[in-house]
Amino acid sequence: MRLETKDELCSGCRVCQLVCALENFEQNNPKMGLLRIIGHFPQPGRYEIRVCDQCGACRDACPVEAIYEVDGVLRVDESLCTQCMACVEACPRGVMTTHAALASPKKCILCGACAEYCPTGAIYDADTVAAEDAWRITRGEVARTVGGGLGE
Amino acid sequence: MNDGASAGGYAGQVLRVDVGGGSSRTERLPGEWIEKYVGGRGFVAKILYDEVPPGTDPLGPLNKVVMAAGPLSGVFLPGSGKTHFGAKSPATGGYGDSNIGGHLSPELKMAGYDVLILEGAAADPVIVVIDDGKVSVRPGGEYWGKGCIEAETALKRDLGEDFEIAVIGPAGENLVRFACISHDFGRQAGRTGIGAVLGSKKVKAIAIRGTHTIPLADPEGLRELGKSMYRACFSKPGFREWTPNGTAGVTDWVNEIGAFPTRNFQTSYFPEYKKINGDRLRADIHLTDKGCMGCPIPCGKYSLAKVAEGQAHVEGPEYETIAMIGGDCCLADINEVGYANYVCDELGLDTISAGNVAAFAMECYERGLLTEEQVGRPIAFGDLPSVLYLFRKIAAREGIGDLLAGGVKAAAEKIGGGSERFAIHVKGLEWTGYESRYAPAMMLSYATADIGAHHNRSWAITFDVARGRGKMEGKPEKVVELQHVRPLFDCLGVCRLQWVEIGFDLEWYERVFPLVTGRKVSWDDLLRVSERVWNLTRAFSIRHVPGWGRAMDRPPARFLEEPVPDGPAKGHLITADQMSELLDNYYALRGWDNNGRPTRGKLEELGLDDVAKHLWG
Repeated sequence: MRLETKDELCSGCRVCQLVCALENFEQNNPKMGLLRIIGHFPQPGRYEIRVCDQCGACRDACPVEAIYEVDGVLRVDESLCTQCMACVEACPRGVMTTHAALASPKKCILCGACAEYCPTGAIYDADTVAAEDAWRITRGEVARTVGGGLGE
Repeated sequence: MNDGASAGGYAGQVLRVDVGGGSSRTERLPGEWIEKYVGGRGFVAKILYDEVPPGTDPLGPLNKVVMAAGPLSGVFLPGSGKTHFGAKSPATGGYGDSNIGGHLSPELKMAGYDVLILEGAAADPVIVVIDDGKVSVRPGGEYWGKGCIEAETALKRDLGEDFEIAVIGPAGENLVRFACISHDFGRQAGRTGIGAVLGSKKVKAIAIRGTHTIPLADPEGLRELGKSMYRACFSKPGFREWTPNGTAGVTDWVNEIGAFPTRNFQTSYFPEYKKINGDRLRADIHLTDKGCMGCPIPCGKYSLAKVAEGQAHVEGPEYETIAMIGGDCCLADINEVGYANYVCDELGLDTISAGNVAAFAMECYERGLLTEEQVGRPIAFGDLPSVLYLFRKIAAREGIGDLLAGGVKAAAEKIGGGSERFAIHVKGLEWTGYESRYAPAMMLSYATADIGAHHNRSWAITFDVARGRGKMEGKPEKVVELQHVRPLFDCLGVCRLQWVEIGFDLEWYERVFPLVTGRKVSWDDLLRVSERVWNLTRAFSIRHVPGWGRAMDRPPARFLEEPVPDGPAKGHLITADQMSELLDNYYALRGWDNNGRPTRGKLEELGLDDVAKHLWG
């Protein structure tokens, strides 16, 4: 699983954030989504998608080594986290997520739900979908390859 | 949270804001509202009926603006971004409401409220700011006078990008009776002039930010069913075929069947429609799709329109704008339609009524009923500068604009000369994008829509085409059915286009409702709610507007007396006698009397005993 994005396909519908929060926290709350959608309106008129690319800046910034890697995915050990927020400040994409109802900063664990339910193909799993195919998904030229029963 | 009437789907609170005094208070969401009215439009109707008495001036301080979410608003399921606004309408004097997409109702619920009620009136411009539990009425003078998009940009800069904002433009400030409410840089609650009601209260904007979780009765169940609902949408052929052009995609079909408003509804076919259709929108001006919360089929088409005067970013044009500013004003260039759309959006004018009013003025000018001196310049169909000139004059209420700012009904009363025959409205609300002289079900839909001439309560034209354009049989039945199904979406707080446009099955809503709310109700139960709301809005208008009934359930004379002159519907019309028969059948099916008043028996059957007392003593 490798999340990639095509900003030009994003419609700002926030299905990704809705499904993310339900998948990870069982909360219907897009504000808990572990990725960001930023609108640039009225000009130039496009959305920007920010997903975690597991770059490691959060791990490097953590003073108590609460962020660890398993199979290329960085996770937060909440038993070690002191909520110092150093990881939040260090995240270059602004996707280390905090919320009043969540005990510690949260991050993407590559569950893939966002890519599976993005209606436009703007977020996709680059391990299974080629970039040029993600673009073509909305035009109906290729079947989706992620998710159960989405394809033709 | 809400009298125990529901385990989820509702934030559980109603927020009342006195915009004059600046105070606010929170009330529990009554369980009776949940059970009898469900949400959204149902809440709007109930509140307006109970709290805005007959005799209230629509633009006076005693009118109220209600904004309501439904139980499905903001939930992980297709099209959950819908919000319902309502007020006593300055366009008709009757019940007024209008629906808007985007992200407002999800944000309102995350801030802790299902319903916002704005009361009173401020002396100076204000903005209403709702930031989770913190509510404030703040000075808004620095935003007053700005266009909708300009003001929204400034408000996001000043308050924070993560606020969702509803705003009015100069048209609302100047009490134009078809002023809209704007949101998310180009979405509108366009109809019935609620923007003017906000303007009368000196409320420039409502800004909302919320962080709370929307409670669900069964989060795990909803998550899995929600996923199935999205997959069902993805698998529909229309998911791929309809989405690229959005609502604009219907332009070709409406012309091919001869139902496209053209030249102030003089005819129903615009020979140059292929210059303003969905393909032109997609190929020539489209920048990006723009979807509402949770939408798998984004119909918002964000575009860059270029004309001689300049260029503009605009969300749209959608079909209704293409019909009313394109066909009805005869603008045969998608860039021109898009640019005029932008001008309306910035001014805060409903593009439907604005296009209709401009077309009416141009026909009056052609017929010599308006002179160059009165108008201030020559105006002509097909001329973009004429159209923009009229829009700007209307929004500012300058000169001819002041005459036109009341809408076509009021303007025709002042202009005279038989102009009421081609003032295309019902009950004071301008007609929309379906010319219906060869579509009896659609004509009946417009005649009986509860807010005046509007298509969305019963988009029955496909039924006319499927069942036989000239046939009258079965048409009233279909109209009644659609008038319950379609507005039900507005009660639930979701978009109907997944169902209408790509064939998403209605059964999904019956399945998802208990997972969200914890209440098991059948689809028939929900339709009963919708019928209750329909009777309630009818009763509101009957009590507020003398003569609201059979005499006003009628199209303008043009549609009853002038056959369509050319195009695919050439020669057709619906006579006054046929219209009368359609109404007889419609009233009988509804349990209304021959004058179109809900009977005591029908009202009591629907649990509206108080309404029965008001209407029948």
